[in-house]
Amino acid sequence: MSDITAISRFSDLANPTRFLAFSARLIPWLAAISAVLFVIGLYLSFTTEGDYQQGDTVRIMYIHVPAAWLSMMCYTIMSMSAIGTLVWRHPLADVAGKTAAPLGAAFTLIALVTGSLWGKPMWGTYWVWDARLTSVFILFLMYLGLIALNRAMDDPSKAARVASILTLVGFINIPIIKFSVDWWNTLHQSESIMRMDGPAIDAEFLWPLFTMALAFTLLFFTLHLMAIRNEIWHRRIATQRRMAARMAARED
Amino acid sequence: MSHPFYVFGSYGFAAFMILAIIAWIWIDGRLRRRELAALEASGIRRHSQHSPESKTK
Repeated sequence: MSDITAISRFSDLANPTRFLAFSARLIPWLAAISAVLFVIGLYLSFTTEGDYQQGDTVRIMYIHVPAAWLSMMCYTIMSMSAIGTLVWRHPLADVAGKTAAPLGAAFTLIALVTGSLWGKPMWGTYWVWDARLTSVFILFLMYLGLIALNRAMDDPSKAARVASILTLVGFINIPIIKFSVDWWNTLHQSESIMRMDGPAIDAEFLWPLFTMALAFTLLFFTLHLMAIRNEIWHRRIATQRRMAARMAARED
Repeated sequence: MSHPFYVFGSYGFAAFMILAIIAWIWIDGRLRRRELAALEASGIRRHSQHSPESKTK
């Protein structure tokens, strides 16, 4: 019985009207916690020690790593939304996938640009076509492609199906990005945080990194919820305009 | 500070991008709500809004 209640509560949340009410309560909290974490994270980013080799450029890592992490998490969320769209045909899943794409593109661009700005003083070059950098660049292009695809079609349900299939096909790039530094000989360093034997970096760098990663993640969820709300309203406006046009045609 | 151009360049770019997205989403939300309110004020409502409670129960 309690299982049925839990499922019914979850499906209630998936109702767009209930989602709007729920997100209206959640967004201010998420935004406030994210802002506080950004203040602490930025303070730590500029007050902790620099690296003995990298100097102060290590501070770039505190925005580069969270942005890169979000670029992959966002695509994973879009892939889960794509399954929700194709299997359950859930309208909120489609809205979630569509609205995540611009956010993913923005965070991927931040990761690429900050990585380049770190690469110039440390590697001696802004860019190199190694496996990690190239696969992240492909991810950025995929985000742009999905945004363009969603905007190119007038019928949202048709656009959702096509974009969902393309999103799922593109998911193959996520493990390639993640393991590219192990599978190929790359200029980009190998994994140093999420390792089986624990992080390979000093606690001096871990604290600002984790705080900023949490701040970025909560910022992403805040913005994603806001963007989902905007898209729900956008679709309601389109429906109401169609209704108004139909009513006007009947009166004529 | 070593390499200030690269460090502040990175933080500056990230801040610009993040503030631009926040502004875009916030302004878009305000415009949508205003548009929806204008439509409802002119008497155009969704079917479900005629009896909101009966549909959700």
